[in-house]
Amino acid sequence: MNNDITTARGNDPIHIQTPLSTDICSSLSAGDIVLISGDIYTARDAAHRRLYEALVKGLPLPINLSTATIFYAAPSPTPIGKVIGSIGPTTSYRMDVFTPTLIEHGLRGMIGKGNRSPEVVEAIKKYKAVYFGAIGGIAALTAQCIKRMELVAYEDLGPEAIRKLSVAELPVIVINDTIGRDLYTEEQDRWRTISES
Amino acid sequence: MENKTGNVLRRIKSQRITATVRKLFINANTILSADVISALRSALQQEESPIGRQVLDKILENADIARREAMPICQDTGLAVLFVEIGQDVRIVGGDLREAINEGVKQAYAEGNLRKSICDPLTRANTQDNTPAVIHMDIVPGKRLKIVAMPKGGGSENMSAARMLTPSAGIDGIKKFVMETVEKAGANPCPPIIVGVGIGGSLEQACILAKKALLRPVGDTHPSDGRLAQMEAELLVRINKLGIGPAGLGGKVTALAVQAEMMPCHIASLPVAVNIQCHVARHREEII
Repeated sequence: MNNDITTARGNDPIHIQTPLSTDICSSLSAGDIVLISGDIYTARDAAHRRLYEALVKGLPLPINLSTATIFYAAPSPTPIGKVIGSIGPTTSYRMDVFTPTLIEHGLRGMIGKGNRSPEVVEAIKKYKAVYFGAIGGIAALTAQCIKRMELVAYEDLGPEAIRKLSVAELPVIVINDTIGRDLYTEEQDRWRTISES
Repeated sequence: MENKTGNVLRRIKSQRITATVRKLFINANTILSADVISALRSALQQEESPIGRQVLDKILENADIARREAMPICQDTGLAVLFVEIGQDVRIVGGDLREAINEGVKQAYAEGNLRKSICDPLTRANTQDNTPAVIHMDIVPGKRLKIVAMPKGGGSENMSAARMLTPSAGIDGIKKFVMETVEKAGANPCPPIIVGVGIGGSLEQACILAKKALLRPVGDTHPSDGRLAQMEAELLVRINKLGIGPAGLGGKVTALAVQAEMMPCHIASLPVAVNIQCHVARHREEII
C-alpha cells in the first residue's frame, strides 16, 4: 500500500508493532501518522456487547484484552484466492458505552472513525491507551494491508464475529492520545478558522 | 391481454427482474459511478489541507482497485434500497415482484461477495442474506419497469435526521436544520458527503424525497426549481466552511453536493429530512 500520508505538520510516519505497551501509547501524539504491524482483532457492535457482558459477569473472554488492539470493522466476504474481502472502519461512537470497561481490562489500541465520548477520552488518558482514526470508504485499498485472517470467536455473528488479523503497515492517524488531545476537534477548528477568514 | 384502458399489457418475467437486481447491486458496490469520480477529482483541486488531499487521493485510488479487482469499494455494502417504477401497462409473470427483487438481492450479496449487514432490530440476529430489501414502488404510465438499486451504508444513514418544522420557520429554518445535522455528523458519515434534503409532503414523504434527491447526478443543480438550486448552492458553500474536511481530519471539502427535492405539504407543517450519503455514493439503474 502507498503509505504516503503525512500530517498537516509534515511528520514522518511512525512504525509500531502490536501488542501495544503503555510506553508505546504514551509516545504517540494526536496527529501522528502511524503504520501498525502485527496482530489486531476485529470487533464491533454485537461482539462488544458480548465482551462487555462477559467482563461484567466475570466470565472468561475468548480473546486476551491485555495490550490488545481492536479494529472496529467487519470485512466483506473473502473472495477465492484472497486473504480477506474489503475492510475498513465503522463509526466508533457506538462502542463508547462498552469501551471504558474494555480499556480498564487491558485494551490499549482502538481503530475506528469519528469522535469518542468524554468517558472514552478520559479512559484513554487514565489507562494510557490510544484511539486511531482510519479512513472510511477505502476498503479495497485497506485490505491490501491484511496478510492473514483467522476467525477466533462468536462465529454466529457472521460479519460481526471476532477475527484476528495480521496486518502490515496499516496506515492510521492518532486521534485521541494519552494527554487528552483530540485531533478531530483541533483540525476541524483550525480549518473552520481558515475557511472563515 | 388488454387492460381496461385498452392498452396491450407487456409481460415481464420475474426472473429477468431478479437477474437485473442482482447485476445492479454487484455493479453499484464495485464500480463508483463517473459523476462521483468527477466530483471527487474536483474536490481534490479545491482541497487545501495536505492530509485532506491525501484522503481524496486514496479514495480515488481505492475506486480504481475496487473496479479492477471486483472488490467492494466499501466493506459496508449496505442496506439494499430500491426505487421501482412499474409502468401501468406492465404485467409481471412467473412470480411475485417483491420476492423476485429480494431474490436478486440475495444472489448479489451471496455471489458478489458483498457483506450481509441486515439483522433483527432487537435480537440483532443477522438475516444471513441481506434481505429484506427496502423497496419503494411506484406505478407510472407506460410499459416499462425501472429499477434503481441503492446500497446504503449504515454510518451515513445513522447521521441522517428528520424534523417537523413550523411553517414560520421557513427556508431559514430549513437551512439551519441542514447545517445542524451536518455539523453534528462531523467525521462520522465518511466525508466528503452528499447531503440529500427532502422538504414537504408528510414525515415519511420528506424522508423519501431526501433519499431520492441523492439519486440525482452529483453536482448537478436542481433541474426545475430555482429556489432549490439557490438553496443547494448556498448550503454547499456554508457546509464547506465548517472545516470538517475529508475523513473529518480538517479541510475545505466537507460535502461534494447538496441536493434537495420538494413537494407541497399541509398548511400546519413544514417537514424536512436530511439524508446523509458518504463519499461512496452508490446507485445503479436499469430500465426493462
